[in-house]
Amino acid sequence: MLEIVYQFISQNVLLPITTILLPVDYQAQALTVLQTVIKIFSILVPVLITVAYFTYAERKVIGFIQGRIGPNRVGFFGFSLWGLGQPIADAVKLLVKEIIVPTGSNRSLFIMAPILSLAPSLAAWAVIPFDDTKVLANINAGLLYVLALTSLAVYGVIIAGWASNSKYAFLGAMRSAAQIVAYEIAMGFALVGVLVAAGSLNLGDIVNSQVGSVFHWFWIPLFPLFIIYFISGLAETNRAPFDVAEGESEIVAGFHVEYGGMAFSVFFMAEYANMILISVLSAIMFCGGWLSPFQGVPIFEELFNWVPPMFWLLAKTSFFMFLFLWFRATFPRYRYDQIMRLGWKVFIPITIVWLVVVSALVVTNTSPWFN
Amino acid sequence: MIEQIVFYFFGGVLLLSASMVVIMRNPIHSALLLVLSFFASAAIWLLLQAEFLAITLVLVYVGAVMVLFLFVVMMLDINLVTVREGFTRFLPVGITVAVLMVAAMGLVVSSDYFMSDTYMVIKSIGPDYSNTKELGLILYTQYLYQFEIAGAILLVAIIAAISLSMSKSKVNKSISSEEQVIVKKTDRLRVIEMKAESNIQSKKI
Repeated sequence: MLEIVYQFISQNVLLPITTILLPVDYQAQALTVLQTVIKIFSILVPVLITVAYFTYAERKVIGFIQGRIGPNRVGFFGFSLWGLGQPIADAVKLLVKEIIVPTGSNRSLFIMAPILSLAPSLAAWAVIPFDDTKVLANINAGLLYVLALTSLAVYGVIIAGWASNSKYAFLGAMRSAAQIVAYEIAMGFALVGVLVAAGSLNLGDIVNSQVGSVFHWFWIPLFPLFIIYFISGLAETNRAPFDVAEGESEIVAGFHVEYGGMAFSVFFMAEYANMILISVLSAIMFCGGWLSPFQGVPIFEELFNWVPPMFWLLAKTSFFMFLFLWFRATFPRYRYDQIMRLGWKVFIPITIVWLVVVSALVVTNTSPWFN
Repeated sequence: MIEQIVFYFFGGVLLLSASMVVIMRNPIHSALLLVLSFFASAAIWLLLQAEFLAITLVLVYVGAVMVLFLFVVMMLDINLVTVREGFTRFLPVGITVAVLMVAAMGLVVSSDYFMSDTYMVIKSIGPDYSNTKELGLILYTQYLYQFEIAGAILLVAIIAAISLSMSKSKVNKSISSEEQVIVKKTDRLRVIEMKAESNIQSKKI
């Protein structure tokens, strides 16, 4: 259905615009640019809506885990609808609030920091394959691109901490910088494992090399790397139990303590967008992406044939997103030296050892994964 | 045509940001502008279809090295007055070094090594061409020894850095996380059974 809408728009809106407004030489290029913009919107708008409702889901899920109800008042047209209007009310509230720039702060960097933290987490969606064909940029080095962009998110945090001219914000930024550098190495090694197993850096090829059944997915041969990737993702997104950069009981709110209104909410959106990104990447690299879990199962395979492949990707992603919330409600915050120990002394050695194991499995053509 | 626009845009950004790194007074701004110049040069490499090198530049230098740079620079207490104090005193030395470097770079870039006088059109290669694969193949076949030697040198550097940063003081009171993690309830807590004192109830309050 999305393709039909897309075709309709590009035929009946974009084509006339370019033919009327531009000379013949530039029409084809301009059409490509406009079509790409439409595609970008069709990815980003659902992502941002998911971000908004992810905050609602978090409050509901943690509420239920703790025996509360969560937000249940704000709805639409006089109906409360289990509080479904809450994210929109929050967004409107934050939009109309004043952004206060503290005295003695570095004004330009202070405003730039939230943008710098949100932009990479949205730009990474360019290479995410939703389907065998549905991907914005099917580039060869997709995995590297994703790793590079997720490593950029730390700049927003560091610059926010420094530009705020506040002790608490600065402490949060320092904590976050050291933590993210530590966990990025483990994350990178986990991705090297995926690269070795799939033999390609292209995310679509990585999914296609997991075709078969649930047991062909990479979560079995790469199980330690799978776990380490997800935990490093928790640490990279500054989520509980690794949320020492915010640490509200120690340093108030950490790096964004001086931010208010929309500037704060952009940080908030960046955190949730990063969580969704880590979830979708875990699904793609270790759990078969858009592949159906019933593949290879005699009766169920035909029974679920009508389900679009994108549904499976979204279902797997939702599961990982739920894990983020579940962890937050379950685990107490790590102590800082233990975070460092876990990253440097536990995860990195395990990933290096498992890289050797994966290489051995690949070289010996161990079935059913590496035939 | 679009390639040329993109090239001149990023080339301009690269030159501007690289010179601003030197000009800016605040070291944090300098570090951030250095990040920007890394980005611009990565974009130029992308134009040359060297996607592996371009993304690795961003990943390694922007994602890791510059984060640590910023980490250190932010800790510094910089007094701008003392920084500018020696400007006139070091100006002659600075100009000499700058002239020497410009001359050396001019020699290298204009010489035959670079073939910069012969403009080469980039061969347009199909989308199936993987820069990463080609690099890997050539590194592990033709340049295997050089690659392994570079790896060994880096390993030595890692070991040296770790041994330098290890604290050798005897009064180190740091706690061992391993001991803390493996501790059991029975190690810390002892449940003792003891008789209740018999004459409590008989006491008059």
